[in-house]
Amino acid sequence: MMRKFREKLPGRIFFLLALSSISVLALITVFIVVQGAPIIARVGVIDFVFGMSWAPSQGEYGIFPMIVGSLSVTLGAVVLGVPIGICCSIFLAEFAPVRLRNLFRPAIQLLAGIPSVVYGLWGLIFIVPFIRNYMGGPGLSILAGSVVLAIMILPTVISISEVSILALPPAYKEGALALGMTHWQAIRSVQLPAAKSGIVAAVILGIGRAIGETMAVIMLLGNAVALPSSILDPIRTLTTNIGIEMGYATGEHREALFATGIVLFVVIMILNSTAQTIVKRKKDQ
Amino acid sequence: MKLSARAGQRIAKTLIWAAAVAVLAVLLFVILYVLIKGLPIVNWGFLTEIPRNMGRDGGIASTIVGTLLITLVAIVIATPFGLGTAFYLAEYTREGRITRIIRFSAESLAGIPSIVYGLFGFIFFVDILHLRWSILSGGLTLAVMILPTIIRTSEESIRAVPDIYREVCFSLSATKWQTIIKVVFPSALRGIANGVILSVGRCVAETAAVVLTAGAPLRMPSSLSSPTRTMAVHFYLLVREGISMDNAFGTAALIVILIFIINVGANALINRAMSKNRTR
Amino acid sequence: MKQGNTKISIRDYQFFYGEKQALFDINLDIRANEILSVLGPANSGITTLLRSLNRLCDLIPKVRMQGDILVDGESIYAPHVVVTELRRRLGMVFDVPSPLPMTIFDNIAFGPRLHGKKNRQRLADTVEQSLRMAALWEDVKDRLHMPAMSLSGGQQQRLCIARVLALQPEVILLDRPCSGLDPISTSKIEDSLQLLKKRFTIVIAPHNVQQATRISDSAAFMLMGRLIEVGVGDDLFANPRDKRTSDYITGRYG
Repeated sequence: MMRKFREKLPGRIFFLLALSSISVLALITVFIVVQGAPIIARVGVIDFVFGMSWAPSQGEYGIFPMIVGSLSVTLGAVVLGVPIGICCSIFLAEFAPVRLRNLFRPAIQLLAGIPSVVYGLWGLIFIVPFIRNYMGGPGLSILAGSVVLAIMILPTVISISEVSILALPPAYKEGALALGMTHWQAIRSVQLPAAKSGIVAAVILGIGRAIGETMAVIMLLGNAVALPSSILDPIRTLTTNIGIEMGYATGEHREALFATGIVLFVVIMILNSTAQTIVKRKKDQ
Repeated sequence: MKLSARAGQRIAKTLIWAAAVAVLAVLLFVILYVLIKGLPIVNWGFLTEIPRNMGRDGGIASTIVGTLLITLVAIVIATPFGLGTAFYLAEYTREGRITRIIRFSAESLAGIPSIVYGLFGFIFFVDILHLRWSILSGGLTLAVMILPTIIRTSEESIRAVPDIYREVCFSLSATKWQTIIKVVFPSALRGIANGVILSVGRCVAETAAVVLTAGAPLRMPSSLSSPTRTMAVHFYLLVREGISMDNAFGTAALIVILIFIINVGANALINRAMSKNRTR
Repeated sequence: MKQGNTKISIRDYQFFYGEKQALFDINLDIRANEILSVLGPANSGITTLLRSLNRLCDLIPKVRMQGDILVDGESIYAPHVVVTELRRRLGMVFDVPSPLPMTIFDNIAFGPRLHGKKNRQRLADTVEQSLRMAALWEDVKDRLHMPAMSLSGGQQQRLCIARVLALQPEVILLDRPCSGLDPISTSKIEDSLQLLKKRFTIVIAPHNVQQATRISDSAAFMLMGRLIEVGVGDDLFANPRDKRTSDYITGRYG
């Protein structure tokens, strides 16, 4: 009896820990929804999500431009950051000389630890003027935000992808090399596919960071509530909307910011499910 | 055929090296810029004095203490929950509805922006649990925020432990618990530690969630229920309010150095543990 | 235990992975202190059979078994049986060398430590004895605290045998232990098996017929989850009764 109990105990404890971990999600959902749902109900889902005008003082709450803003900035960051990040993780796992790797790895963890606001300031000092002077527009723009976000998601993408490549049994690579493949062929056709779930996880976490960043992009995006016509236009995202206005918002306005949080939430859920479906479909093939 | 394979290899290798060099260059640029602008500001007084005059004068001692305490609270709380969840997912359950729910939740949590965590922490910890603006509220909020990172990285590295190790352990008459604690955990330690270090970095760097839950006073915190201002928040406010660019860079440089010390220290510890190549 | 007593008795044993049946009506007696070779082509269910004996198969999801397996006359599925103790009594060596990621010493001491043996001197004695029995002591006595991964493949496999011996088992199960090894390492392992059978019952899946003829006291032939025939001594190899057995032995398949 005692032995059975002792063997079962760790599993039970782990289960409880897992349960509490996910109940946090339920808690967050409940609290954000309770705070934000009433105003969505009052304005109407369609008018709230697809409304083009955000004027809290006049009781107008439309957040469509911000949804476009969040998606475009994140897309830009992923397009710029992910390929470089994956290349970098391959470099670290496969090509880097040991000494360089030992320098690189802590440097990347260091990069992860730099507060986003520091990147924001850096982007403000270097990227924004560059765009304004050489590409046109006000400089505070989707592009500026994307570039800085791309740099910010690099550590996440690199370190997690690298771990999942390094974690593969050496036999995979050795087997591929033994079949006469070049090192690159082994990486491309054996190691990367085998490490895929880890790499997709890395990208998803990277997207999470990009779409969720607030303080840095407040400094870079210009924060105008309007549909952009090019990547050189300023824009406001869902997160910056909350970040900018939470400080002074009260009453209905504050509810509307929580409602913005709900939409952010839904957008992320959709992104996540899409990513998970992609992973699953590839696995089934 | 052979030639084109080799050509492909050469092109790919060139691109990969180029990407790595580019990343390294940007990285050095950001870090060096902050250090060059910030380090001249840092002196003994900057480290040991409390900010005066809104942060225009004095040091940043209280924000250093606040940052360390909030991070400590977050890591101490999130690590057991994250590891427990990861071990549950990887070792104690078969793929099924429960794992799908947990994994979906963890992934959804990972995607939630820190500002939403801030909103949640503000309502739940600060308001409903009456923890007010405090190190505890901030630490708990950050714990929730880093939980998915710890779960994910830990689960990945636990799954990466070869199955043969588990089979060998069981065949040597180990119980499941012994297998996990003596072989799986040590083998997964590097990946787990990576996740935790990543999380420490996020805690130290977080601004949005902390400013809503821990407040931003300049005085030295006296207990876990004191409000505090972290270094990142201090930096943000100094820049945003245009109070002092010099002190902002000094703060940023110190954050970089702090992260550096944590990384180097943690890596050294792991390497020592791994080089022994044994459980104990 | 004298030679000749039945050590393990398999009765009407069936095994299923989900819907797929892997073993059909296995009936087999294994006598103490002999080497039994279980041979057959790949996917004959030999690994499944060996892993059934120490209940390592239990760990795979959705498996199901019928019939019974008796060790010393007692069912291994009896409710009071402690699985970990069963696995201590029936030690296993896998088909790939599988040192744990720790030092040589810690690999061997792993089992004894699980059972609460902490005394340094006694652990050291156990490690030395086990390594001597596996004919590895001379190779490694000066580097016991090096990572076990630093050994060659053959040495790693002998390490795995030593690791099992440190548990003081009664039966040793070897699942194609020489499959990746060179002839010299293979013959070293075969030599130590001959010494070990004086004290242990050995069930081995040999990696070819030649090895089976060299080492075994009796042999069983399996094909597609069925036990085709069992022979004592060289009987199975000299006078196979079943055509499929003789086909296999003369090299038609496998």
